[in-house]
Amino acid sequence: MSAVADHVHGHGHAHDHHGGYRGVMRWITTTNHKDIGTLYLWFSFVMFMVGGVMALVIRAELFSPGLQVVDPDFFNQMTTMHGLIMVFGAIMPAFVGFANWQIPMMIGAPDMAFARLNNWSFWLLPFAALLLILSFFVPGGAPGVGWTLYAPLTVQMGIGMDLTIFAIHILGMSSILGSINIITTILNMRAPGMTLMKMPLFCWTWLITAYLLVAAMPVLAGAVTMTLTDRHFGTTFFNAAGGGDPVLYQHIFWFFGHPEVYIIALPAFGVISQVIPAFSRKPLFGYASMVYATAAIAILSFIVWAHHMYTVGMPVTGQLFFMYATTLIAVPTGVKVFNWVATMWRGSLTFETPMLFAIGFLFLFTMGGFTGLVLSLVPIDIQLHDTYYVVAHFHYVMVAGALFAAFAGVYFWLPKWTGRMYDETLGKWHFWLSMIFFNITFFVQHFLGLAGMPRRIPDYPLMFETWNKISSIGAFGFGLSQLLFLYIVLKAIRSGEKAPEKPWEGADSLEWTHLPTPAPYHSFETAPVLK
Amino acid sequence: MATTIHCKSTMLRTAFAAIALAAAGSAGAIQSKYNLAPPVTAIARDIHWLHWMMLIICGVIFVAVFGVMFYSIWAHRKSKGAQPADFHESTKVEVVWTVIPFLIVIGMALPATKTVVAMKDTTNADLTIKVTGYQWKWGYDYLKGEGEGISFMSRLATPREQIEGRQAKGEHYLLEVDNELVVPVGKKVRVLTTAADVVHSWWIPAFGTKQDAIPGFIRDTWFRADKTGVYRGQCVELCGKEHGFMPIVVRVVSQEDYTKWVGEKKKQLAALADDPNRPWTLAELKARGEKVYAANCVACHQANGKGAPPAFPALDGSPLVLGPKEKQIDIVLNGVVKDGKPTAMAAFGKQLNDVEIAAVITFTRNNWGNQTGDAVQPAEVKALRK
Repeated sequence: MSAVADHVHGHGHAHDHHGGYRGVMRWITTTNHKDIGTLYLWFSFVMFMVGGVMALVIRAELFSPGLQVVDPDFFNQMTTMHGLIMVFGAIMPAFVGFANWQIPMMIGAPDMAFARLNNWSFWLLPFAALLLILSFFVPGGAPGVGWTLYAPLTVQMGIGMDLTIFAIHILGMSSILGSINIITTILNMRAPGMTLMKMPLFCWTWLITAYLLVAAMPVLAGAVTMTLTDRHFGTTFFNAAGGGDPVLYQHIFWFFGHPEVYIIALPAFGVISQVIPAFSRKPLFGYASMVYATAAIAILSFIVWAHHMYTVGMPVTGQLFFMYATTLIAVPTGVKVFNWVATMWRGSLTFETPMLFAIGFLFLFTMGGFTGLVLSLVPIDIQLHDTYYVVAHFHYVMVAGALFAAFAGVYFWLPKWTGRMYDETLGKWHFWLSMIFFNITFFVQHFLGLAGMPRRIPDYPLMFETWNKISSIGAFGFGLSQLLFLYIVLKAIRSGEKAPEKPWEGADSLEWTHLPTPAPYHSFETAPVLK
Repeated sequence: MATTIHCKSTMLRTAFAAIALAAAGSAGAIQSKYNLAPPVTAIARDIHWLHWMMLIICGVIFVAVFGVMFYSIWAHRKSKGAQPADFHESTKVEVVWTVIPFLIVIGMALPATKTVVAMKDTTNADLTIKVTGYQWKWGYDYLKGEGEGISFMSRLATPREQIEGRQAKGEHYLLEVDNELVVPVGKKVRVLTTAADVVHSWWIPAFGTKQDAIPGFIRDTWFRADKTGVYRGQCVELCGKEHGFMPIVVRVVSQEDYTKWVGEKKKQLAALADDPNRPWTLAELKARGEKVYAANCVACHQANGKGAPPAFPALDGSPLVLGPKEKQIDIVLNGVVKDGKPTAMAAFGKQLNDVEIAAVITFTRNNWGNQTGDAVQPAEVKALRK
């Protein structure tokens, strides 16, 4: 096996590095899936920091009742941009980064199917990010409407709203192009013998996610375009005075928005499904049912959107339909959790940092799943809709879910990517600090929501003070802990110990079994032979 | 069954409280709440019950699943010499743990269904109140039932000084308003919501009643409070800059007190509405005048102001309407007398009060083709009464 890898590596590589360009031009012109994966990952980390600072502004203002740090208008801009940047700038690109690095190596392909398109998909992102940031510096500032951009509040915003709309168009384009690339790569470029049902689960989750993206992103583009024409060109899609309906916006948005939740969650499931078997030294339990569960979640995600809208005043039949459909999602999600636990069962477990984050994911994501189940019931949701309970719920899913999975993935594949080991002690510190501060920040927000604190308010009644203080302290701790992550990664790249050929003895996908460490710049130029 | 759950819930609640106290460090400093507001409607009680049911079911599953996981973490670790097994599927097990969760979620949704249907049943209300969301205040109109016709705005009463930290914050900081919504205890109140600008959402946690207020549309919900008291909530849909500063306060009173409140409120509103001594804006006068015109003038002078000459002269373009105010006020107050006989233009001085006369004159001077921009103040009418 390693003979194959050595052969590939040694084979005629005068152009081993990037067709002649060096320095910045290398990164601008690159069509190499590994370079582009790296770009995606660093971009998402920068956005994670930017969005994180916004979160800290929010938590600083909410440390005490009263208005101290920012005015309400700027506060709304912060909540809006924190959401947009974290969802579209940090989490989604992070997983596209994983896809770029991993999918070709996992299926035995030399690169992504459309290499130049891949370059374009990435380089759209910085311009979108620039537009988002620029919106703070135009008259009226960034939009203060929440990341959901509900009409008709959007009509009242300044030019920052238009910049945001264009940014979303560009981000959507990038996602769709990236998805087409992923679908084509997976369906057409698998090595001989790598049948669909032999693919690592990460590839499956991304294949399904890519379909979700292709289906959902145009819907969002439509929603924000309608907002744009309502603002400037006299249409009244969302204005009752002209025959429109503000609730129509919400339907369109959430038709995108609910699949979006799984667009973020499914690749995270994929990462976890690679990490847990590796550190349990045991194959993933129920591979086939994992694939079917992923597909079931994806399909269900298109028929539950209105559970975000129980309070708009739907007919009772509508509420009941969406309630039952939503509770059903718990079934395939439950299957996944059971399978992960069964994978660990009677394994031979070790607890390096990737495994710690995977277990943290499993534990906290399941809590987020349970609060989701609580919220799926219409009467409870009506009470808790738009309160901090919902804020706590989706941060358990997005942060302890997607972000923890991304951390697990980075620690897991960093040796493969860089040929260097990260500092295991510091990695464990990073995990425990993140775990503890995350819960300090978000667990108490369940109490706030239950007790009746609305979300997106810059100031609050006195009874909410204690929990808010605790939450703010946790948030600053969590934010600072992420600087440790940056340090760990930089230290590994600069001066990390040389990684062994196979740092994780239980890892069994192609990048571990068929490629040297670090993975060469061009891998699998000749397809591996699989039995 | 219900009692067991209640029992369990009390235990759990206590456990929860203990955790909450421990988390916050010092027990004495705790003022925060950690659970749903104490319910005062049947719906809110159902929500409470459902929430405890969910918490218990989810808690049991959570403990079971993660009990297995942590046992595995403890027992199946490599450092203890665990050898990996190599099983990786079992159709039987997988079918079981697909079917059982399916049954559980259906079991969760069924009891909720009853409550959903009850929440949607807004029929047979004793009192109907329209709630209008504005940026950033609430408008209340009592449409049907005792108190019909009462209408007022409700704004945040917390002084700016408290918000900006120049003054100590009061007990009901951000949860106090100038005009509370008052309703009788034990009566079914139907709430119609709408909004004037953007989407707002009207919520009283203790009632379990939350309904978005959508501009251009009417939605409805209801509550029947079974305890008197003051219940507070906030707008829960982001509606712009002051979203955090438009609270909702409902005062639930006994039937007697409610009747008394309706009487007082009506008197107060009547006085406020037709106070001839305060200055009125042009818009107010026109709006009021349009109603007065529709009730008193339209039959003769017509909705288009063209009248039916010669008996009923046109007001649109009339030199009298476009001329000096005093002359027109005089005619409306005292009517037109021709050759010592009263004409069809009656004297309205006795039928309408100063505000109504001022309003209708303002309306005629600023409607159709007449655009004088004049606002005739009630005080001017008052001065010209003989």
